[in-house]
Amino acid sequence: MGLITLIEEKRSKIVKEWFKLTIKTYPKEKSDFFKKKKDSMANPVGNTLSKSLEDILKGLTDDVENNEMAKILDPSVRLRAVQEFAPSSAVSYIFFLKNVIRDILKKDLTKEIEKELLIFESKIDRVSLIAFDIYMGCREQIFTYKANHVKERTLKLLEKADLLCEVPEVGAEIIPHNVYLNGGFDDK
Amino acid sequence: MVDVVKPEEMIKIDPTPPSTNWMDVPPDFSPGKFPYPSQAKSLEAVGFPNAREWSPADEDWKLPENWQQIIHEGFKERLDKYRSLKVFMDSCVRCGACADKCHFFIGTGDPKNMPVLRAELLRSIYRNDFTTIGKMLGKFAGARKLTPAVIKEWFSYFYQCTECRRCSVFCPYGIDTAEITMMARELLHLLGLSIHWIMDPVSNCNRTGNHLGIQPQNFKEIIEFFCEDIEEITGVTLNPSFNRKGAEVLFITPSGDAFADPGTYSFMGYLMLFEHIGLDYTLSTYASEGGNFGLFTSSEMMKRLNAKMYREAERLGVKWILGGECGHMWRVINQYMGTMNGPANFLEAPVSPITGTKFENARDTKMVHIAEFTADLIKNNKLNLDPSRNDHLKVTYHDSCNPARGMGMLDEPRFVLENVCNNFHDMPESTIRENTFCCGSGSGLNTEEIMDLRLRGGLPRANAVKYVHEKHGVNMLSCVCAIDRAVLPPLMDYWVPGVDVCGLHELVGNALVMEGEIEREMDLRMEDLPGKEGDSDE
Ligand code: SF4
Ligand code: SF4
Repeated sequence: MGLITLIEEKRSKIVKEWFKLTIKTYPKEKSDFFKKKKDSMANPVGNTLSKSLEDILKGLTDDVENNEMAKILDPSVRLRAVQEFAPSSAVSYIFFLKNVIRDILKKDLTKEIEKELLIFESKIDRVSLIAFDIYMGCREQIFTYKANHVKERTLKLLEKADLLCEVPEVGAEIIPHNVYLNGGFDDK
Repeated sequence: MVDVVKPEEMIKIDPTPPSTNWMDVPPDFSPGKFPYPSQAKSLEAVGFPNAREWSPADEDWKLPENWQQIIHEGFKERLDKYRSLKVFMDSCVRCGACADKCHFFIGTGDPKNMPVLRAELLRSIYRNDFTTIGKMLGKFAGARKLTPAVIKEWFSYFYQCTECRRCSVFCPYGIDTAEITMMARELLHLLGLSIHWIMDPVSNCNRTGNHLGIQPQNFKEIIEFFCEDIEEITGVTLNPSFNRKGAEVLFITPSGDAFADPGTYSFMGYLMLFEHIGLDYTLSTYASEGGNFGLFTSSEMMKRLNAKMYREAERLGVKWILGGECGHMWRVINQYMGTMNGPANFLEAPVSPITGTKFENARDTKMVHIAEFTADLIKNNKLNLDPSRNDHLKVTYHDSCNPARGMGMLDEPRFVLENVCNNFHDMPESTIRENTFCCGSGSGLNTEEIMDLRLRGGLPRANAVKYVHEKHGVNMLSCVCAIDRAVLPPLMDYWVPGVDVCGLHELVGNALVMEGEIEREMDLRMEDLPGKEGDSDE
């Protein structure tokens, strides 16, 4: 029996363990809630994570292309990118899979399987690198919101209407103080 | 062979966080974790006390010397004034029904974002200062002493509440944590602790009538500019009036509709609608703001900023007021305006001049929400609509917290949507109507420095949009709130790319078949209508 078949057989156990480890990266009070609620509308964090882990493992055993893997990874990385983790911690959960598989397949590790597993593990490494790309993409996206984005559209509008003029006493400073513009993007 | 790093060693960089009692975890005031504090000058401009330059990141917040006395007396005054506050302080049985209903808790998992614990931050001081048992038993009775650390905690967590009231829907005692947050923010303001994103608009509004500090001539220009666009799109010329005495109706909308996309398209929609039905209305360059950030500071400031609506209506001699698409504006109007600045006996109970419908619910305030007004027009067949002009859109509807929970406006916007577009899909039941999830940026939290928090708080809403996006191909999120229109675009871009945001009346404007109009080739965003590609740039 090959490694992939072994993983297939224990898939749900692997995902469950992996989820458990991933959830442990959150402080206990948080993880309790993320773990418990099953309704995906009431608990998007827990549900996104568990679905994502399942998909990643499937992507690995199906040996999907990098592009496809990026799509599969996106929801969980995107989530962790806004959850106050250090970058290394944010993507660390990918590596946990190595642990989990080795642990669960402990008894099945013949020489042949061990060889296959090393190759599989290098694929996990590759996935973690893709995850890091996505993580950076997300952070950049957020910085863009902070910086400008919609503001340009609005500024154009103000310019067109000739609104960008100095107002005596108050100064031009009044213009950016806009509570509705840009979702609150200021230019500080 | 070199030593291979084992996975478990790699994992050591990510230790399981230490488990500490939640009450002992101090709030994090590193950059990005708090909204910027207000500047002394905007506090001074409206006469708020203890104005000074300070930052939450500082160890010393430079609290006034007698700060404990200020809080104690301020608290006492409010307990005497608002019976509800005392009831909310006394009646929570800690049943936990509200605990996991807050979008900030769902998104962050932070226990202090459970409504019950958020309230507990204030309640513990109440017990200590105002109840015998708390005075006697202290910590055992859930009481604690007021220290600067408590003030810091208040600042952190009462600015992580959007006053959305979702929690109150689930509380068997009707405890409204939003009201508790409002009280806590009032107390913080007594110490000169407030945030820039709220105080700046407040002081602008106090001076020029709108949050942006825009002056009358500029307000007028921007509306005229909309009319030019409308003419280009429809061929119909509009001549809205400003500050016209004797008009039947005064129209007031948040200034965001005038100055920020995509709210601007809704403003165009309003103007087209009024033209279409021949409404005798006027716009005010003084009451040029429907929104009221005073609500997020103190009831006194809310009242002061709100007063201009009635005063202007009286000055212009209109019969009643029509209000645009806004969220918190309606909370102020619906819940407080009548008693606060009324009775407005110089106005008449609103009657639609087109359909003759009496808006009974607005008899007291004399102010009608435009979604109700338009729904009534459609119901009475007064609008000529071609919903196929919105066929490129698959629309869902975000119930903005205040219109939904604050005034029970649930069906009117949906009725309008079903008539102006052919593809409408609601999000899952547990996330809409009175259960609606907040955008995550309301009550003055729509500021950019806390973008990460906003994205976490907005996750439950975005998650439900994602559901209909994947299931039905929804690509447009409609809403009736100016803050929503500003904050949902980045939220969608991050969580559900491919979904855009619009106001209700943008879709009305698209569908409206106006008298004398040319064949429409563009929508209100001046984008080609499907099947008309390329025609518009000829
Ligand atoms: S009012 Fe809204 S934001 Fe505030 S605690 Fe309740 S659910 Fe959370
Ligand atoms: S639902 Fe009401 S009574 Fe129950 S814990 Fe929450 S606030 Fe207290």
